[in-house]
Amino acid sequence: MADSVWFNFILAAIPAGMPLLLGTLGEILTEKSGNINLGVEGMMYMGAIFGFLGGFYTNSAVFALLAAFGGGMLGALIYAFLTVTLKANQNVTGLTLTIFGTGLASLIGENLLAGGTASASFSAELQASFGSIRIPLLADIPYIGPLLFNNNIFVIIGVACAIVMGLYLNHTRRGLNLRAVGENPGAADAAGVNVALYKYVHILIGGGICGLGGGYVCFVTCKGLWVQNCVNGLGWIAVALVIFASWSPYRAIFGSLVFGALSVLQFYKPDFLRDVSAPIFSMLPFLVTAIVLVITSIRMSREKVQPKGCGTNYDREER
Amino acid sequence: MAKGFPLRVIRRADISQGKSWAVRLCAILLALLTGGVFMAVLGYDPLAIYQTMITGSLGSQMSIELTARLVIPLLITSLGVTLAFKMRFWNIGAEGQICVGAIAATYFALFHDDWPQWILLVVMALAGLIAGGLYGMIPAYFKCRFGTNETLLTLMLNYVALYTIQALQQGPWRDPSQLGFFKVARFAPSARLPEVLGVHIGWIVALVLVVLLYIYLRHSKQGYELTVVGENEATARYAGIPVKRVVIRTMFLSAGICGLAGMLQASGADRTLNDTVAGGVGFTAITVAWLARLNPIGMLIVSVLFCILEKGSASVQSVYNLSAATAEVLQGIILFFVLGCEFFLTHRICRADKLEGGVERG
Repeated sequence: MADSVWFNFILAAIPAGMPLLLGTLGEILTEKSGNINLGVEGMMYMGAIFGFLGGFYTNSAVFALLAAFGGGMLGALIYAFLTVTLKANQNVTGLTLTIFGTGLASLIGENLLAGGTASASFSAELQASFGSIRIPLLADIPYIGPLLFNNNIFVIIGVACAIVMGLYLNHTRRGLNLRAVGENPGAADAAGVNVALYKYVHILIGGGICGLGGGYVCFVTCKGLWVQNCVNGLGWIAVALVIFASWSPYRAIFGSLVFGALSVLQFYKPDFLRDVSAPIFSMLPFLVTAIVLVITSIRMSREKVQPKGCGTNYDREER
Repeated sequence: MAKGFPLRVIRRADISQGKSWAVRLCAILLALLTGGVFMAVLGYDPLAIYQTMITGSLGSQMSIELTARLVIPLLITSLGVTLAFKMRFWNIGAEGQICVGAIAATYFALFHDDWPQWILLVVMALAGLIAGGLYGMIPAYFKCRFGTNETLLTLMLNYVALYTIQALQQGPWRDPSQLGFFKVARFAPSARLPEVLGVHIGWIVALVLVVLLYIYLRHSKQGYELTVVGENEATARYAGIPVKRVVIRTMFLSAGICGLAGMLQASGADRTLNDTVAGGVGFTAITVAWLARLNPIGMLIVSVLFCILEKGSASVQSVYNLSAATAEVLQGIILFFVLGCEFFLTHRICRADKLEGGVERG
């Protein structure tokens, strides 16, 4: 039986890691453009609340997903306008976005709950559309079936997104331009790349992907029910996971599974950890990230560092 | 910029101090206006809401005292993070440093409550300061030694400290008399801060710190050194400033002040160790410090303004049933506007046909 406990543990790590994967992918794309956006938590909240509103009022899964994407994008638009156009400090703008997004979601959410619909939630059919999608036959293969062919729509979107992003960054001309913008905007500008446009587009899409991560929390983790404070720090772990994944979308899949596993570990704890209390388990992902941060900085390999332009805004006149 | 576009953005020459504050004031007013529009969209009367905020936070002796209680940790933490920010060291870890300071102070409050009150309180304050400071030195050390990203490391340490409090609440420091609840025992009277004018003496500490920090930053050698390190590390090294020592020392002070804020909050306001001891203050403090342009006196004003919003929103919630999160949304909007307006302090928009070769025609 021990065998099946382990299997269930791994199976539980996938849904637990998915919001992290989406948040991480969004932030990787943002940082590749040379902007570090600490507002992932806020964008996830905005994605969650807008996605919820979209699903609640239209009763359509497509609109719910689009609204979640749009919510994250709206947050990213504020960030991009302030940092790219008005050259405001990236750290402070990102933090403000987190405060703003968190507040906005609570404000709208609480208003919904207070407005008579005490338990604002998705209809049963809409909830079902975010449930697992069983691929016939393949899902019956023992172990591999439930692991790979019986997942919800987000897992498919998340993994597809990671692969497409990996191909885009490493094998297309636009991806190369983007990396140039992130590493050395001055040189990219001189080579005729429209730096501001590249930044805007990728920050916005990155924000949208983070918004989907927020949507996941609301649609799947909370089962289509609006729960205050639902994101609860996931956005911050996602920011840290970017470093764990060393800015590679492929490694982000692996990283988010590891962190998903860490976050559900307390429900599957082995016997020798029985006496360890729940907060220690909740601390684990953060502690591990801190250690990983230090270790990666010690053995800094050249392609595994943050894009050089991160943190400083590009101003053509200041070259 | 497109060729036919009638407006251009150009750099402006120096702007006077008064004019720059006027621009910021305009930004805050615009932000409040935008917030008002937002409330109107939600179906509330913005004027009534703003009015309730003012009366709810400043309308009576009691509400002023409650607002002042909120100002204390926010102001002290803002002063703390300012030291690091001045050095361009992104200490996002105030939240955790507050927690660690509170933990260290709580140790003495729980296990040495037989000491005379003044000695106990001084020891608790020192414990909070030193524990917070040491906690802040961890990212400073790794930053200096290996170039570890301090923004993210301090951020992660926040959660480590937060869950340490929860682990203490559920484990070794759990009060067995609180059946079913994970709580730390309330502090003995000797471990509680005395009150002056209805508010615990943390407010005096905060005001003293404002003055001390102003002097430290403007008129001390150490303050000068850390400013130079922040402006340009290469220059600092060339001038013979021991950069690593300055970074580690400054982070100790920065985090130590945050730790002290944790002690004051635990001993003066909560009277126990709670996992909400920081409660987001560490993050809000960063925005306060930035809004005040790292000026200690400015921080006093901004933190009072933010706490009026905070306390006012709680009143708005009880009167109008509008979420207390209004405060966060308004703080966010104000900051967005002020961050945006900084651009117009160094740039301005002028008509393209008045430009000649990038320079404005006389």
